Formats: sequence, C-alpha cells, structure tokens
Amino acid sequence: MTTSRFHWRDIAIDILIPIGAAIGALLVGALILVSAGINPVAAYGPLLIGPFANLYGVAQTITKATPLLLVGLGICIAFRGGIINIGGEGQIIAGATLVTWLGLQLKFLPGIVLIPFLLLAGFIGGALWGIVPGILKARLNASEILSTIMMNLIAIQGVSFLLRGPMIDPVEVAYGTGFPQSEALPEWAWLPRIVPKTTVHVGAIIALLMAALVYVFLWRTTIGYRIRAVGYNPAASRCAGIGVTRYAALAMFLSGGFAGLAGAVEVMGIHHRMLDGVSAGYGFTGIVAGLFGKLHPIGVIPASFLFGALLVGADKMQRAVGVSPGIVSALQGLVVLFVVSSDLWLRRRSARRVESTGEEVVQ
Amino acid sequence: MMDDFLKEGALVLILASGVRLATPYLFAALGEMFGQRSGVVNLGVDGTMMLSAFTAFYTTFTTGSLALGLLAGVLTGGLMGLIMAVVSVTMQAEQGISGIGLYLFGLGMSNLLFRLLLGAISTVEGFKPLYIPILSNLPVIGPVFFRHNLLVYLAFLLVPVSWVILFKTPLGLKIRAVGENPQVADTLGVNVTGIRYLCVIVGGMMSGLAGAYLSIGLNNMYVSNITNGMGWIAVALVYFGRWRPAGVLAGSLLFSVVNALQIWVQVRGIAIPYEFAVMMPYVLTIVALAFAVQRAQQPGALSKPYERGEA
Repeated sequence: MTTSRFHWRDIAIDILIPIGAAIGALLVGALILVSAGINPVAAYGPLLIGPFANLYGVAQTITKATPLLLVGLGICIAFRGGIINIGGEGQIIAGATLVTWLGLQLKFLPGIVLIPFLLLAGFIGGALWGIVPGILKARLNASEILSTIMMNLIAIQGVSFLLRGPMIDPVEVAYGTGFPQSEALPEWAWLPRIVPKTTVHVGAIIALLMAALVYVFLWRTTIGYRIRAVGYNPAASRCAGIGVTRYAALAMFLSGGFAGLAGAVEVMGIHHRMLDGVSAGYGFTGIVAGLFGKLHPIGVIPASFLFGALLVGADKMQRAVGVSPGIVSALQGLVVLFVVSSDLWLRRRSARRVESTGEEVVQ
Repeated sequence: MMDDFLKEGALVLILASGVRLATPYLFAALGEMFGQRSGVVNLGVDGTMMLSAFTAFYTTFTTGSLALGLLAGVLTGGLMGLIMAVVSVTMQAEQGISGIGLYLFGLGMSNLLFRLLLGAISTVEGFKPLYIPILSNLPVIGPVFFRHNLLVYLAFLLVPVSWVILFKTPLGLKIRAVGENPQVADTLGVNVTGIRYLCVIVGGMMSGLAGAYLSIGLNNMYVSNITNGMGWIAVALVYFGRWRPAGVLAGSLLFSVVNALQIWVQVRGIAIPYEFAVMMPYVLTIVALAFAVQRAQQPGALSKPYERGEA
C-alpha cells in the first residue's frame, strides 16, 4: 500500500509547516526589535532558553500550557466544525466564575465530591457562555466571530461588577482595601500539586486525558464525525441528512466547555479564588496553539507547551532586557498569519496529488 | 433623572458627544464596508486602530505636528491593510482566522511600542473644534453638529462620498462586481486582485484614521487598549448597515448615542453599576447581529478567496 508512505509524509509536513511559521514569525519579530533599537539576540536568549533553563522554568511552562491545551482542544472541535470561536476569554471567565461561586456555596462537601463537581461546573459554565453565540449562529445566522467577541467584552464587565460587588471577599471589605477578588476557596477544593514546590497541578494530567478524549470523540464517534463533516462540507452534510445547525451549536457548546474547564483549573489549581484577568489572554493564545497544532488534539499538546514556554520566556525577557510582553502577542499574530498563509501551498499540493493519483486526502 | 435631562440641556450634550463618538465608528466601518463589498472580511480592524492610534499619537507627541500624526496613523493603517491583502487575497487564507492574526499583531505591537517609546501616559494638544460660521449658532443643531473638529466633519462627509463612489462610478461597479461574482468580473476584464488590494488597503487606511482620531482627535492621549472593542463593533456595523453607507451611518449614530448616554449616566453617578452601562453597546451589537442581518443582502463572494480557473 502506498497510503502509509503518504501518511508519513503528511505528518512530516504537518510538523514542518508550523515550525517554518514560527521561524518566520521570529525573524519578522527580530526585524521589529532591531528597528526599535533592541538587540534581538539579547531579547530572544531569555525568551527561548529561559523557560528550559531549570526545573522551575519547565514547571512554569507546564503550568501555563495547561489552560492553553484545554482551550486549544475546544478550538479543535469548533474550527473542525466550521465555527470560529473567538470567545475563549469570556468562556474561561464564565467557567471560573461559576466554579468559584459554587465552590464557596458548597464548602460543606468533602473534596472527593467537590473537586469533580466543580470541574464539571467549570465546563458547564463555559459551555453555556459558548452556546449563546452557537444558538444565534444556528437559528439566526449571526456571525459567531463577532458575537463571541462581544460575549468576551460582556464577561469582562460582568465579572468586574461581581468582584467589586456581590462576590467580593468580605476580608477586602472589612479592611477597606477593596481589592477586586473573591473569597478563597476551601483548601479541599484545590487541585493537588504534582511537583513539589512548583505550581504544576493535577490540571495538567486532566488536560492530557482530555486531549485523548477529544481525539477519540472527533475521530471515533458518530457525533464527532458529523461535527467534522459539517465543518468540511456543510452542503454535502445537509444532503446526507445531518442537522447542520444543530451540530454547529453543539460544537460551540463543547468548545466553550473546554475553555470553561480551563477557567476551572486556573481557579482551583493556581489562584484558589476568582480575580480580574483570570483569563490572562489564554482564550486568544489557545486559538493560536490550536491552529499551530493543526487543529489536531494530539498536535495541540506540543503546541500548548511551546506557547506556554513563549509566555514564560516573555516574562524572563522582560526582566532581562525590559521588552514588553506585547511582543508575545505580536509574535502570536505573525504565527497565525504565517500558518494560514501556508494553507494555500498545502491545498495546491493536495490538488496536484489528486490529479496525479486520483487519491484525495481528507485532513 | 428626567429633571436633569431638561435642566442642563443634557440631551444636547449627549447628542453632541454622540456625534463625536460616531466618528471612529464611521471611519472604520466605512473602510471595512469597502473591503467587504470587494469580498474581503478584515477582522483586524481593532488591532489596526490600536496601532494607528499609537503611531499617530507618538508622531504628534515627538514632532508637535498634528498633520504628520494623522499621516502616520493613515500610513500605519494602509500597511496593516497591505498585510491583510497579501495574506487573504494573494495567499487566499481563511479570512476569519487571518483577521485574528492581524488583530493580535496590532494589539501586541501597540503595547510593545507604547512601553518601549513612551512608557507613561502623556497628552498632546489634539485637533481643535472648528465652529462652522452661522450654523454653529443655531440652537440645538449648532452644538450638536457644527462645533466639532475637522476629523468629525471628514467622517460624516465620507458617508455621501462613499455612496457616490460605490454606486455612481465605474470603480464602484467594479468593486461590487468583484465582491458579488469574481469569476464573471474577471471574465469581463476586471482586475479582481487589484480591486481587492485597493479596497483592503483603503479600508486599512480608514481604520488608521479611526485610530488616529481616538488618540489625537478625541482623547488627546494614548492609553493601552484605547479602542475598547470599537474596532469589533465597527465590523458588526457593516453587517448592521447592510453594506450601505447610509445604513452604516445610522448604525454608527445609534451606537455612539448609546455610548454617550452610557458615559453621561456614569458621570451623573446614577445608580446603574458602571459595568452594566459599559456593557450596553456590546449587548446591542449582539442583538443587532441577531436581528438585523439577512444573508441574502451580503456580497455573494464575501470572505471567499478567488483563484483563476476555479469552476
């Protein structure tokens, strides 16, 4: 069979293209740094090596990669289903808020019951925030790109209100400091740390398990197959009797759910309470990680690790040469632009192959 | 609240502020409309606005020249448009995603440059109001419409200009043809790629104007995240306005008056939580998206890349 050879070549190309995109982005980034009068070697040193220089750096990288992986998995489901979910930030906030609120209400439950329940609550919170644009898209054909962005902006304001009013930590009120954060969750609701003296927590393992689960879901179940079919060719799916709009809404529900789960592990594993900026841009970086991983759940694992490292490196770079972390978002933007641009080349390549062998490659 | 409204001529103040706040929406949404009419959705508007707001502010801050600042903002916007055109037209990338890339790039670059070059919030002397003789003395209408700066008048002037270009000139016909059916347009000898590049770059320049207006025409300072999501709302306004200049004008005014009302409510300290007031335009956008758009009216080839020889 010739298929297996082609298969390996495809995987090689799937790996090479993101790497090429990353190198391209770093080169353009270097040009920008040079023109701003910064030595790119001095800046990129801590950016690229810093995260791996010691155990602490690696632990930080894994900590940051955890929410990215979860958001990225949701991105795989949505984008594969033809839905462009830009609402990760809002969905993270929604999940984190629900987790904190329920965690504080249900303090009397033992940890073994509370932790799984709260994780589920995070998923549901994000999923509910995600399904609003999903339903608007399915029923009224409203652009999900714009409605998810608006849902982000609404979530940011909503949580800002909650943390300054109903949800504020009574201690902050008592001392008159008024810092916008919630009361801390009880210790038995915290996710256990798995590497001593670091912030790496059980959420990392949960995220890896979820990656396997999403892979099985998308490629080994009928519902997953239908979501992909709807994204790949909505017209043909409709002809095949698949309820296209229903699956679009479902994809948004699940995609939001994974972002909400990311919010849950951030609250339960890191902050142990709700605060402003809990989403920390993971909603956007998760999209980049998803695309970088070629929208494949297994590919998103190394991609989130890489972008986690980039976030940690940016911190180190800022301390070393004082370059603002804005460069990371700029680099992410460049990576996206390079990755989507390379699709043309891939499409032409597979079109040539169809002509020469009659085999079509469905990605 | 009603008493306040009448006593202080609050309505006039709110409407005048609404006209000023409509300006960035108008620039950005009219620009985006040209891009979409040619078949390209550019979701990088918000990022473009932020970066242009910075370059315009920085240029004015260092040279003291408003004209140079404005030019810098427009050129920055044009450059961002060019990047979008290369990626989306030549490389035929999925526009929903490439726009996000452009947004992240603009967001990051504006933060990076702000920290690097300025570091702290400073102010400049921005565009000053130009009172239109006679008209500005009219009651109500005068303060609402005729006591603004040059950029505000320009934005409103661009509404009829856009309409004439789009519907009464050969260029406009070509733009609409390319957005509706690029195959046919190509067959008739229209340069599809050229028209799309033109529209996306001009659209970027107008986003640049919108950004420059924010930093050197309205706030007279640059702060990070200066747009507050305005660029995204501008994209939504194109759908809301059904790809027509008059519709974009109506949408821009509706949103900006709501925004002005929101600010007035905040300033008066009326018992609505600040956050709910800020949310109003965002909620309104979702409602508008859900109920104001019918697919039949959007350009036929919207967000579809064109490749010669495709069936």
